Amino acid sequence: MDTGRKDNAIKEAEKMTISDIQRGYRSKSFSVKEIVRKFLDRIGELDGTIGAFLTVCTDKALREAEELDERMGRGDDVGPLAGIPVAIKDNICTRGIKTTCASRILEDFIPPYDATAVKKLKDAGAILIGKTNMDEFAMGSSTETSAFQTTCNPWDTSRVPGGSSGGSAAAVAAGFVPLAVGSDTGGSIRQPSAFCGAVGLKPTYGSVSRYGLIAFASSLDQIGPITANVKDCALSFQILRGQDPRDPTSVAAGSETDTETDLMKDLEIGVRGLKIGLPKECFQQGLDPEIAESVQASARLYEKLGAKVGEVSLPVLESGLSVYYIISSAEASSNLARYDGIRYGYRSENFHDIDELMLHTRSEGFGREAKRRIMLGTYVLSSGYYDAYYKKAMLLRRKIRGIFREAFQEYDLLLLPTSPTLPFGIGEKRNDPLGMYLADIYTVTMNIAGIPALSLPCGFSRSGLPIGLQLAGNHFAEDKLFRAAFSLERELGISGRKPVIKGVEQYA
Amino acid sequence: MPDLFETVIGLEIHAELNTKSKIFCSCSTKFGDKPNENTCPVCMELPGTLPVLNEETVRLAIRAGKALHCHINRINKFDRKNYFYPDLPKAYQISQFDLPVCTGGYIDIETGQEDGERQIRRIGITRIHLEEDAGKLIHLEGESVTLVDYNRTGVPLVEIVTEPDMRSPEEAVAFLKTLKSILEYTEVSDCRMDQGSLRCDVNISVRRAGQKEFGTKVEIKNLNSFREIQKALEKEEKRQRELYRFGEEDKIIQETRKWDSGKGRTVTMRSKEDAHDYRYFPEPDLPPVILDSRTVRRIEDEIPELPEQKKERFLREYGLSQYETDILAGTKALADYFEEVVGFGIRPGEAANWILGELLRIRKDAENEGIPVKSRYLADLIKMIGEGRISRNTGKEVFDEMAAVGKAPEDIIREKGLSQISNTEEVKKIIRDVLSRNTDAVQDFKQGNTKVIGFLMGQVMKASRGKANPNTARNILEDMLKA
Repeated sequence: MDTGRKDNAIKEAEKMTISDIQRGYRSKSFSVKEIVRKFLDRIGELDGTIGAFLTVCTDKALREAEELDERMGRGDDVGPLAGIPVAIKDNICTRGIKTTCASRILEDFIPPYDATAVKKLKDAGAILIGKTNMDEFAMGSSTETSAFQTTCNPWDTSRVPGGSSGGSAAAVAAGFVPLAVGSDTGGSIRQPSAFCGAVGLKPTYGSVSRYGLIAFASSLDQIGPITANVKDCALSFQILRGQDPRDPTSVAAGSETDTETDLMKDLEIGVRGLKIGLPKECFQQGLDPEIAESVQASARLYEKLGAKVGEVSLPVLESGLSVYYIISSAEASSNLARYDGIRYGYRSENFHDIDELMLHTRSEGFGREAKRRIMLGTYVLSSGYYDAYYKKAMLLRRKIRGIFREAFQEYDLLLLPTSPTLPFGIGEKRNDPLGMYLADIYTVTMNIAGIPALSLPCGFSRSGLPIGLQLAGNHFAEDKLFRAAFSLERELGISGRKPVIKGVEQYA
Repeated sequence: MPDLFETVIGLEIHAELNTKSKIFCSCSTKFGDKPNENTCPVCMELPGTLPVLNEETVRLAIRAGKALHCHINRINKFDRKNYFYPDLPKAYQISQFDLPVCTGGYIDIETGQEDGERQIRRIGITRIHLEEDAGKLIHLEGESVTLVDYNRTGVPLVEIVTEPDMRSPEEAVAFLKTLKSILEYTEVSDCRMDQGSLRCDVNISVRRAGQKEFGTKVEIKNLNSFREIQKALEKEEKRQRELYRFGEEDKIIQETRKWDSGKGRTVTMRSKEDAHDYRYFPEPDLPPVILDSRTVRRIEDEIPELPEQKKERFLREYGLSQYETDILAGTKALADYFEEVVGFGIRPGEAANWILGELLRIRKDAENEGIPVKSRYLADLIKMIGEGRISRNTGKEVFDEMAAVGKAPEDIIREKGLSQISNTEEVKKIIRDVLSRNTDAVQDFKQGNTKVIGFLMGQVMKASRGKANPNTARNILEDMLKA
């Protein structure tokens, strides 16, 4: 047996795309178990440094891999993501596997059911490798509000990976998995993708079922894929999307646009004739000049590729941030009210009556950021303040939707930065909540409008940190996002660049 | 002396909807199952779960609204009502705040008779909205733990809110009885107050006669029967009126009081200052309910006969009295039962007699709102009496037995040996024995004392242990005496 070839083929598994792995399975260059083992080994070796995972399902993953190998050997139809290792953000329920939201209050919570997104991945043959770290209840932009651990940016371990899906983005960037699933309420997939040099999609609201996603802000939350390249992202989204009878806010295929369109088919047809708008407000103050330069260079590339690029006014940034923090906190204050220590999760031992039980459980179980949002949300919904805050935010939300609608009458896509800054240092903004909130300035408005947006690596800073750009489209225009992203990715030719992670040996 | 004060009452009624499954998941709504048997991740509100609206609940709410002359809001939506309580697993209740299913209806109630005319008052319905029920806390006697049963969590409810249009406790109860009857007729709710599927909170205030503004209102909760509602309202009315009479009406404070049925009085639960701020906001997990006019019309067309219509028909078709009609048609279950019995070929007057007499007596004794005797069995029983197989008195005995054990009358009569002896030969034999033992009486008769026939009949019935058919026996006795 030619084991040498095999070892070589599998050596660089961490650099393989989903299609590479699938090709290898078809040519029997390696087994599922070998691939899964390889990724698990890499996690074992390097996650001590990165801290992307809260739970690694080693035995379960290997067992499933063996089963899959058997089924593949028999020639069974094993699904479009067969044998692809997947990491899931720890706010998405996985049957029988701890799902903590990176919070003490759910430290030992084991869901008795799978989220629809997880079920779809499993049905497609994907193998669940582990659960990834995040900001507590997805509240944050650095993954530092996790109650359990800090995740480091694989490109520079003194920096944050972004958040809240920082564990998922870091896992992909570190080559721990080719696909990680995150959730995006105000940028939580896109910003960490930008920080870690990954591709991340926040789909149209309603296109991926939220059933099993532990709610932060129900009207904004959306599950989406984080991958190393655009094609993998499109392939994964194609599996995740679809209406779900368990989520009444999920949308039927074919309603507004046909969500059954084969996204892979038109991926390579290019951007000729696409109209791309550059919102001028996004390139004013507060944006890192290196990022501005890199995004504008990409705009010029698009022109070169045949797209029509023009400047557009999108006066939504300032109001968007306020609207976002009011609506998301209001919904969060209600969504997080169920964690009272009565039925599951953390319960304080320090109480004399029911009021104390709930009060102390919540005081001890939630971290500072979660408490801050709960208080903010409770305040804006309180009688006497509702009209001035929540109601006004809802009116502005409608206005923001209108501004986007208008922009998309003229443009197919909008091109803007994902984050105003490069990955910042761990601890740098920990005591500066307002500074941290500004990290979301370019991303929150898409959640408010419910439109899809994708973050794509578009270059590197002089210091070697990844820079991401953001493409936003009209509702259900994911096909255009992927087309445009794929063209640029090919043109830039940087998707193969991987960070060199100094392993545990440096600490040994 | 004219009344110096006026009582003002408004009601909030919660009725559990007659659906098989809960409002946001597919768990059963069955009452009385083992604690927490009818639960799932959705109604236990585990993290990540989402509500899915049971459309049947909207249909029933529209039905109720149409029967109560309401406007149906073709766009209505759900909101979250936020408060912490262990029986509420999400710490918010999904309800409807500013866009309920129905608004602005009324019910006409009868408030008595004057000069032979029925007095009618129109009570306004402010709104009807859909919401979910909460679980139930079970406090264990003498223990420091409280248990929670979440079977009721997510059971669909309509809350019906009235205008402050009632002026006495009697009117409030009359309204509730009429409402209950309509909800039963439309099969919106089974309205079992004993099982909590119809519950009522009352708001009561008093003002000086002729005064326009309302007085300070007090809300009373935890009322589980018409009798308690009547008593609680009377008590509270008396308390408030007395304060007025002594010029101390400022001592009436806006508060929620709880009815203590054991002590027969209301006690303060919480004052206005402690009132919850429910922080209502639109439920983001559920899209608004959008109804087209065809759907609403179809639901309206499906509404069955309402109590008033049924009363008219009963008077017309069955020739019953107003009194009989009011009682029978007042409760859907009774009306249906009556018509079933009649459907088995029983004369309407006879069926009404048995239902109003025996059935209601049993129900009252048992304090049970169910009907314990199958309509088929009652019809059979009445037929047997008609055929002389048993006497009317024995029939009542059989009826009680049927109610207790649920068996067919045939079986009870056979098992207990209650069948009448109508067989002429058998009766003759009994009479012959009686006559041979009472020769003196026979002599008296022959000498013209016909009164002894009563004594002899008594002896015959005694000898047959009550089973001889009295008519047959009398005829034979007379024949034999005259022979």
